[in-house]
Amino acid sequence: MLSRTADHLYWLARYTERAENLARLLDVSYQMSLLPQSVASQNENWRAILALNSLEDAFAQVYAEVNVENVLHFMVSDPANPSSIHSCLRAARENAHAVRGTLTAEMWESVNATWLELRQQHFDQILARGISEFFDWVKLRSALIRGVTFGTMLRDDALHFIRLGGLLERGDNTARILDMQYHVLHQNGDEAATDFYRWSALLRSVSAFQVYRKVYSEAITPARVAELLILRMDMPRSLHACADGIVRMLQLIANRVSAETERQAGVLHARLHFARIDDVLAGGLHAYLADFMDRIYHLGDGISRDFLVAA
Amino acid sequence: MTANFYNEMVDDEGKLRAHYRAFADWLASTPAERLARKRAEADTAFHRVGITFAVYGEEAGTERLIPFDIIPRIIPAGEWQALQAGLWQRVTALNAFLNDIYHAQEILRAGLIPPEQVLRNPQFRPEMIGVDVASGIYAHVAGVDIVRAGAGESYVLEDNLRVPSGVSYMIEDRKMMMRLFPELFSRHKIAPVQHYPDMLLENLRTVAPQGVSDPTVVLLTPGAYNSAYFEHTFLAQQMGVELVEGRDLFVRDDTVYMRTTQGPQRVDVIYRRLDDDFLDPLAFKKDSMLGVPGLLSAYRAGNVTLANAIGTGVADDKSIYPYVPEMIRFYLGETALLNNVPTWILRRPEDLAYVLAHLPELVVKEVHGAGGYGMLVGPAASKSEIENFRARILAAPDKYIAQPTLALSNCPTFVDTGIAPRHVDLRPFVLSGKGIGTVPGGLTRVALRAGSLVVNSSQGGGTKDTWVLESENA
Repeated sequence: MLSRTADHLYWLARYTERAENLARLLDVSYQMSLLPQSVASQNENWRAILALNSLEDAFAQVYAEVNVENVLHFMVSDPANPSSIHSCLRAARENAHAVRGTLTAEMWESVNATWLELRQQHFDQILARGISEFFDWVKLRSALIRGVTFGTMLRDDALHFIRLGGLLERGDNTARILDMQYHVLHQNGDEAATDFYRWSALLRSVSAFQVYRKVYSEAITPARVAELLILRMDMPRSLHACADGIVRMLQLIANRVSAETERQAGVLHARLHFARIDDVLAGGLHAYLADFMDRIYHLGDGISRDFLVAA
Repeated sequence: MTANFYNEMVDDEGKLRAHYRAFADWLASTPAERLARKRAEADTAFHRVGITFAVYGEEAGTERLIPFDIIPRIIPAGEWQALQAGLWQRVTALNAFLNDIYHAQEILRAGLIPPEQVLRNPQFRPEMIGVDVASGIYAHVAGVDIVRAGAGESYVLEDNLRVPSGVSYMIEDRKMMMRLFPELFSRHKIAPVQHYPDMLLENLRTVAPQGVSDPTVVLLTPGAYNSAYFEHTFLAQQMGVELVEGRDLFVRDDTVYMRTTQGPQRVDVIYRRLDDDFLDPLAFKKDSMLGVPGLLSAYRAGNVTLANAIGTGVADDKSIYPYVPEMIRFYLGETALLNNVPTWILRRPEDLAYVLAHLPELVVKEVHGAGGYGMLVGPAASKSEIENFRARILAAPDKYIAQPTLALSNCPTFVDTGIAPRHVDLRPFVLSGKGIGTVPGGLTRVALRAGSLVVNSSQGGGTKDTWVLESENA
């Protein structure tokens, strides 16, 4: 298939997944901000979200102070912020539009309708109706697009590039969400009762609360949460599950120059496949996640070079 | 006023024409609410699928729906056969003309066309002189605009030999009619048109460079912001070929490749929907971001076929149009079957004088204009519009031609006030390669404003399904 077509499909999937995970991240942050805590530490959390996306400077140019409402506006509805949910869904739609001949009619319609509906929602209305309802809508639209994709597209390279983009983005985003919450939790010290709510909010944000209950019979502990989101192969948003999918997709689309990228993906996968959570935590979770995100970034580079801008 | 126009459905005495009888019966027996419901259904369906076109000059990315009318334009079998014979004759002669002016230039040496008209025409491409193209075919796809006037005789209004568009609407209109009113198709024997993409692909494959047995065909589009992008997507999808942009292609050793996820893949035939000027920044417009550097060189080396060929614009130019009947006589030894509209060439002083004295009666067109932009329809223009145009003509008379205002035929059409006559034209699509072919009918465009003679979609025109009946009356 055309490299440009593959590129648009890959980014269509990445932006859709990114919008969904951003909704998840903002949702968990918002839930946590409702817990009793000082205004200062609350605003610290919102600052962390900006830092996570390296957006402090861009934010500071437009908004006077870091608070719930400003950060939500910036991250949800601001078209000038390239990382906002608004911008992600617009980029997803633009990528789909450029290759709509490759998409099934249902797929194009679900992506296009998502964008058209988003455009009609003003931030004031979103706040008035309750921001969580909006986040649920984003998650649901992403699920719809994913479902229509799997349910209607031919099992060929077009689908493989879509899945590859989605998996890469999801792995990166899960690592980010986990890293940030872990960081915040550690800073706040040991208030066991609050921590329970924080950890359960984190689990809910990645649709893993019930999963946790099913898999572990014990109380919610940071080590178990980390294990679930990093190492469990059967947890669909875990780093391990994403790496596993990436390796399989790369095998399906392999070409004459992609061996090195495949090897790197294999290494990433093996490190997750054969890891033990105690070792991961002993070396420091933040360092581990930073290394993972770095490897994902380089994989993205390799994929782009081997397939998407190839001569 | 209406009485002066030929009506496609009824004759001068108000009696139904035979080929519309079965349809009129159906229309009379169909409740108005059902028709209204079906019209709304058509609107929703076209919007949902996104059959739109972009409008130049409005806010970037503005997309509009082309209005679709549910009353078909019906053509009886015999009439179509005569028309088709005329179209094939005309396009064959135009291809012969192009082959001639880029080679021996016999028609110029015979003195039938003033040489400077051809050689100094901005659409003439000296780069094409001496280049042999596959099967000697230049205009692989022609969209010839036909109108009926006066007592019903047909005229060719324009030969579109560059990148004619509209064929996707022809197919979508048919699909829509079959979905809305299947019963009509069992009552009539209507010649099918949906195999057009197959014919087009087959035609493109016959003109592949020599020695290529299983050619790779692609469709080259200027991109998503082009007004006809929907059609480019549609045709590529229907033919099962890649829809490429200039940046997807590159030239190495005079061979064209596309960039794929499996590495470079050779391209043999390019159905290009991009104007000559933008094809190759090394040869034409230097700042074109849409083209492929080196394409002309690969083309001249005979390693790739461009459809249509480079330089076809000189044959559909409005200043060359008056000479087409001469071409038919010269190359085919035949008399033209289709009429040309009498044309004044304003470069000629005596023609200019006549036209300036009769502006309110005439249609004046820019020689290189297209899409209904930059024209004056005298009878519909205000005094000041006419005076403005007069100044433009005087400033550069050789940029214009003039024609009598044709009394374009009417076809009944749904409008806000009910069913009323509106002016129509017809664009059949002629495919030339190893052979020549057309799908029966073409795209009927209708001017939706009462009295308007401009059918272009960019000027508020709509479309109708076009039926060629397989027998005379049904």
